[in-house]
Amino acid sequence: MFTSVDDVSARLAESGYLASPAVATTVFLADRLGKPLLVEGPAGVGKTELAKAVAEVAGARLVRLQCYEGVDESRALYEWNHAKQLLRISAGRDETWDETRTDIFSEEFLLPRPLLTAIRGDEPTVLLIDETDKADVEVEGLLLEVLSDFQVTVPELGTITATRRPFVVLTSNASRELSEALRRRCLFLHIDFPEEELERRIVRLKVPGIEAALAESVVRVIGALRAMDLRKAPSVAETIDWARTLLALGATTLDANVVRESLGVILKHQDDILKAGAKLDLDAV
Amino acid sequence: MSAEVADRLVGFVAALRAHGLRVGTGETVDAAEAAAALGFADRGLLREGLAATLLHSTDQRRVFDTVFDLYFPHGVGAPQGEPGDRDDLRDRLAAALAAGDETMLARLAIEAVDGLGGYGSSPGADGWSSYQTLERLRPQTLLARVRDDIRARGGDVGFTDRLLEDEIRRRIEAFRARVAGEARRRVAERRGRDEIARRAVAPTADRVDFLYAGKDRLAELRRTVQPLARKLATRMAARRRRASRGTIDLRRTLRGSLSTGGVPMRPVLRRRRPARPELVLLCDVSGSVSGFSDFTMLLVQALHDQFSKVRVFAFVNRIDEVTGLLEHGAADPEGLGARIRAEANLTGYHGSSDYGVALGEFGQRYGAAVGPRTTVFVLGDARTNMSDPNLAALRQIAEQARHVHWLNPEPRSLWGTGDSAAPEYAQSVAMHECRNAHQLGALVGRLLPV
Repeated sequence: MFTSVDDVSARLAESGYLASPAVATTVFLADRLGKPLLVEGPAGVGKTELAKAVAEVAGARLVRLQCYEGVDESRALYEWNHAKQLLRISAGRDETWDETRTDIFSEEFLLPRPLLTAIRGDEPTVLLIDETDKADVEVEGLLLEVLSDFQVTVPELGTITATRRPFVVLTSNASRELSEALRRRCLFLHIDFPEEELERRIVRLKVPGIEAALAESVVRVIGALRAMDLRKAPSVAETIDWARTLLALGATTLDANVVRESLGVILKHQDDILKAGAKLDLDAV
Repeated sequence: MSAEVADRLVGFVAALRAHGLRVGTGETVDAAEAAAALGFADRGLLREGLAATLLHSTDQRRVFDTVFDLYFPHGVGAPQGEPGDRDDLRDRLAAALAAGDETMLARLAIEAVDGLGGYGSSPGADGWSSYQTLERLRPQTLLARVRDDIRARGGDVGFTDRLLEDEIRRRIEAFRARVAGEARRRVAERRGRDEIARRAVAPTADRVDFLYAGKDRLAELRRTVQPLARKLATRMAARRRRASRGTIDLRRTLRGSLSTGGVPMRPVLRRRRPARPELVLLCDVSGSVSGFSDFTMLLVQALHDQFSKVRVFAFVNRIDEVTGLLEHGAADPEGLGARIRAEANLTGYHGSSDYGVALGEFGQRYGAAVGPRTTVFVLGDARTNMSDPNLAALRQIAEQARHVHWLNPEPRSLWGTGDSAAPEYAQSVAMHECRNAHQLGALVGRLLPV
């Protein structure tokens, strides 16, 4: 898919995703070694975006499995279309039971869910398993089989093996510890808040029309907030939101007033706002 | 892949393992493949590639980076050219800090260690010291100069001006870390990489010894509390779920079988009443163990939801209830220890810990807090400063409570030395060695009642 690490960065940048060297390197290796990529990091640094961007530059189809508490095999892998099966049984009246039985467990009545879809496809595919930590432990077991051998067993149909391995991205916010076995199958990537220079470029890319000086100030204030040990440090998503807000407010430079009024865009807890106000010396927040 | 490179990689992996990172052979092979795919020309790429294949979680990265610097150094030997003198170095450092020039800062760190960090002259007793380098260079004193320099150039006016000092401070801090890394590398060249990798690498946060953790490591340790608490909470919830199914209620099964002629067709499962356990914490918060008790209280605070009732008592030589100060969500972990010491009545006429008096006073004043559903945790090193350990008081608590566990932050080998009354106490209650977050997490997970 990619020829070199630089190729990864360049092509991701074209699709609007500015990758740090760590991100580009890991994506390149995941592709080269054919291993799934486990991405962790704070919310809003672009974990899901990364999968989307990779799909876009590779011209691949994006198959997404959104995990949640209670997601199970039939939601992740496949299930049988019971309604259609019933219809088939009641429609065919003069055949033997054996004929019906083999018929209703055929391809036609199978509803593939994300994992099976990603494995069966012939075209290039990016499989995004989002918020893996939200799923129950049983699903992790299921993923183990799928991710190590890229095959799925449907008892009535036999084993389905991937003809073309999908590029797999798993994301996690670490709300639950993923099992060691799953981690071992994956390349690990921690996306942290970007370096100042990279974040400036991201802001200018995502918020066209913002002046360079303002973008720089925005990134510096965000950097200062991140150093403050708040309950929820602002993420890249918040930086972009803030830059957009400032643009909408018509601000061309930062001053105490503007920052005070728009602090709610970046910080999500009242005590964080108070703390930041005190430290940034915004009088009377 | 050449044999030399393979050896280097295997040595690197062994050093990581020695620091508690679990790296399997499969990962090592992946790492080799990654190295082959990336090549050795770009050190930054190699670092990221190896990290991706060898690491499994974020908190391992710090150890990884330090060990990586030793095994794949960015240079070998001394820098080219004469080392500049101290004033010249300071001038150039100030300029680089003002410009935020990373490449220049990296070079200056190398030059600084080379020029200022060497000590000793006889082989075997010489080496490189980051402490000495930084003592002579004193980069922190450059703050005002760098700030004025930036301002004079008119680079910073308006709102962001107020961020400037903190930013420069962070840059200086980063430079100090570079110097430390460079000194380590030079020493490693001299003494053999493997030995330095074993001794001079800071452990991951969850393996930092509570009693010796510095201020910044404690802050880092505190940040491991949240995920740790969450992990424990899910584990306990799962255990509770499992425990609530699976046992058969014989009486109701037989009764149900009457309608099927005595054949128990449908087993009836026993219903569990959800009884949330109660927890009582007795924490020694005297100076010597304060890091440990702060940390444990934070953990308990984070686990608050799992218990019907948590009461926390702090003591030095008098005991006082501090449950109110640990209000969930409201408490700010930063000043917790200080606040407890300020607001609770913990010391009598002297300031050193006295377990005997504190335990006795607990029995008298708060004896009712302990009942048959209570699990009691005692946190402390059991050093009574030569006073009467008052074993009877502890035995009394042990009789009333369901379980009593004593978590001791000292290594087991030190129990009973000097004024430690640990062995005596250990006769009446279970005492566990608990020296770092890793051990604490394992212990709490094991000991907490379902």
